[in-house]
Amino acid sequence: MRGNLAKTFQLTNIQVFRRAAMPKSYTDQLGRKLFLALLTLQGLGAFALITIGVILNKFNVAQSVMRPRIRHEINRAGVSLLPMFFFVALALGFLVIGQTVSALAKVGATDYLGSTMVIVIVRELGPLLTAMLVLARVGTANVIELGTARALGEVEALEALGIDPVHYLIVPRVIGMALGIFSLTIYLIIGALASGYLFAFLQDVPLTPGDYFKQITEALSWLDFALLALKTTAFGFFIAVVTCYHGLAQPLRLEDVSRVAVRAVTQGVFVCVLVDAVFIVLYLVT
Amino acid sequence: MNSAAADPAIIEMREASISTLRDASLTVVNNVNWSVAPGEFWVIAGQQQSGKSDFLMTAAGLLLPASGSCRVFGRETDSFAEAELAERLRIGYVFAGGKLFSQLTVAENVALPLRYQQNLSTAEASAAVAELLEVMELTPFADTTPSNLAANWRQRAALARALILQPEWLLLDSPLGGLGARHRQWLLLFLDQLQRGHEWFGGRPLTVAVTTDDLRPWRHAGRKFAVLDEKKFSVLGLWNEVESASHRAVKELLAEPAGATL
Repeated sequence: MRGNLAKTFQLTNIQVFRRAAMPKSYTDQLGRKLFLALLTLQGLGAFALITIGVILNKFNVAQSVMRPRIRHEINRAGVSLLPMFFFVALALGFLVIGQTVSALAKVGATDYLGSTMVIVIVRELGPLLTAMLVLARVGTANVIELGTARALGEVEALEALGIDPVHYLIVPRVIGMALGIFSLTIYLIIGALASGYLFAFLQDVPLTPGDYFKQITEALSWLDFALLALKTTAFGFFIAVVTCYHGLAQPLRLEDVSRVAVRAVTQGVFVCVLVDAVFIVLYLVT
Repeated sequence: MNSAAADPAIIEMREASISTLRDASLTVVNNVNWSVAPGEFWVIAGQQQSGKSDFLMTAAGLLLPASGSCRVFGRETDSFAEAELAERLRIGYVFAGGKLFSQLTVAENVALPLRYQQNLSTAEASAAVAELLEVMELTPFADTTPSNLAANWRQRAALARALILQPEWLLLDSPLGGLGARHRQWLLLFLDQLQRGHEWFGGRPLTVAVTTDDLRPWRHAGRKFAVLDEKKFSVLGLWNEVESASHRAVKELLAEPAGATL
C-alpha cells in the first residue's frame, strides 16, 4: 500500500524462490536455501529497524487508542499466562531444582548450590523456557491474527484510513511481549526456586530455607539482574518481530496462514537460541 | 458548477500507468488522462479483472502510478508521506466487500479512524459515531462484529467508517456488489445526497467516484462515466453519451446479464 509498505516488505524474490520447482542438484538446493535465509534475514532486519523507528517516532501518537491496545497485549502475553506459569514453575522446581539440590546434598556439594541455581535457572532455563512458552502461546496467535488480517485486506484498510499498520498492529505486540516475557521470567524464577526448595525439604535434604536463599542471593550479582532484564526484553522483541513479520509483512492468502505460522515459530525458536548464545558470550566476557 | 470549475482539480492523472497491488511490475491500465473537478460524480465501469480496484486505489493515492503523474488535491501522490497526513484524510475510500476490522464491533470500526486521528477516548468519540450510525441506520448493529453482519450492512458500515472523518473525495470500489435491492436503492440515494450536500456534512457537497461492472443502476443525468477495457481508460461523458456509445465494452456493461429475465 502507498507503494511504500508493499515495496519494503513484499520481497517477491522470497515468493519466487519458495514457489519455484525444486532444483534437482543438491548444491542448487543448498544455494536456494542460503538465498532464502539471507532474504529472510534482510526482511527481518528491515522490519525490526522500522518497528524501532515507529516506536521512537510515534511514542505519543494516538495514545487514547494505543494505551488500551498495549494494556491488552501485556495482559495477553503476561497476566493471562500466569496460571500456566505457576504450574510450569512448580514442575520446574520439582523436576529440576529439587533433584539438583538433593544430588548436591548427597555429595556434600551444597556450597555450589547458589551458583548452580543462578546459572541454570536465572541465566538460562528461566528466560529461555518463558520465551518458548510465550512464543508457542502468543507468537502463534500473532501470526494467525495478522496473517488473516493481511489476507482479508484489513491492513490495506488501515492504510486507507491514514493509520500506520506498524504503529497500530505491531508496536503494542512488541511492547506487550517484551514486558510480558520479562515479568513472567521473574515469576517463573521465583516460583521454581521456591518449589525446588519445597521438593528438597520433602526429601529431608539438610538445608534450611535461610541457607538456601542466602546462597542464591550471594551468587547473584547486579549484572545478573541487568542482563536478565536485557535478555528477556530482547527475547520479547525478537519473538514479536519474527511472528509479526511473517504475519504482516508479506502478501498472504488465507491458505498460506497456517504454513507461515509454522515457519514463524521455527524461526522464533532459532532466534531465541541465537539471542541466548549472544548472552552466554556476554556472561562469559563479563 | 462555475465556482467548482475555478477550484483546482481533485485529481489529475497525466499519462499515468496503473500497476496492481499484488505485483507492482504488472501494468493493468496504460496512459490514463483524467481530471475530476470538485463536486463531480464519476462512475468507472469495467469488466472483472479490468483493473478497476487498482485504478481506484491509485486515484485515492493509496497506490503509486507505475509511470506518469497522479496529482490529488494538487499534490503528487508519491509525496503523500506521513507529513502530508492531513491531505490523505481528505480522501475516503470504501473497499469492495467493506474490509471491516474483524476483531472490532461496527461502532468500534467506525470510531477507530476518528479516535486514532484525533486522539479521542471511546467516550469522546461516541457522540459523533452514534450520530453517523443513526444517519446510516446502523444503530441496531453498533455492537455486532462484522462476521455476524449481513453483507448489506457490512458495506454500509464500511461507508460509515470512510465518512467519519468527513472526507472531500469519496471513492467506492464496487459498492453495489452483493447488495439486495433495498440496500442498492438506499445506497444510490445516499450517494446522491452526499454529492449534493448531506446535512451530516453541513450541506458540503462531496466529490464521488465509484467502480462498477454494471452501468444500468448508475443511470443519472448528473453523473459522468468512464470505462476501463483492454488496458485503456476512456472517458464517455454523461449518460446520454453512454447510451449512444459504440464501444463494445460499454454495450456489454449495459446489457442485461444472461438469465436475468428468466
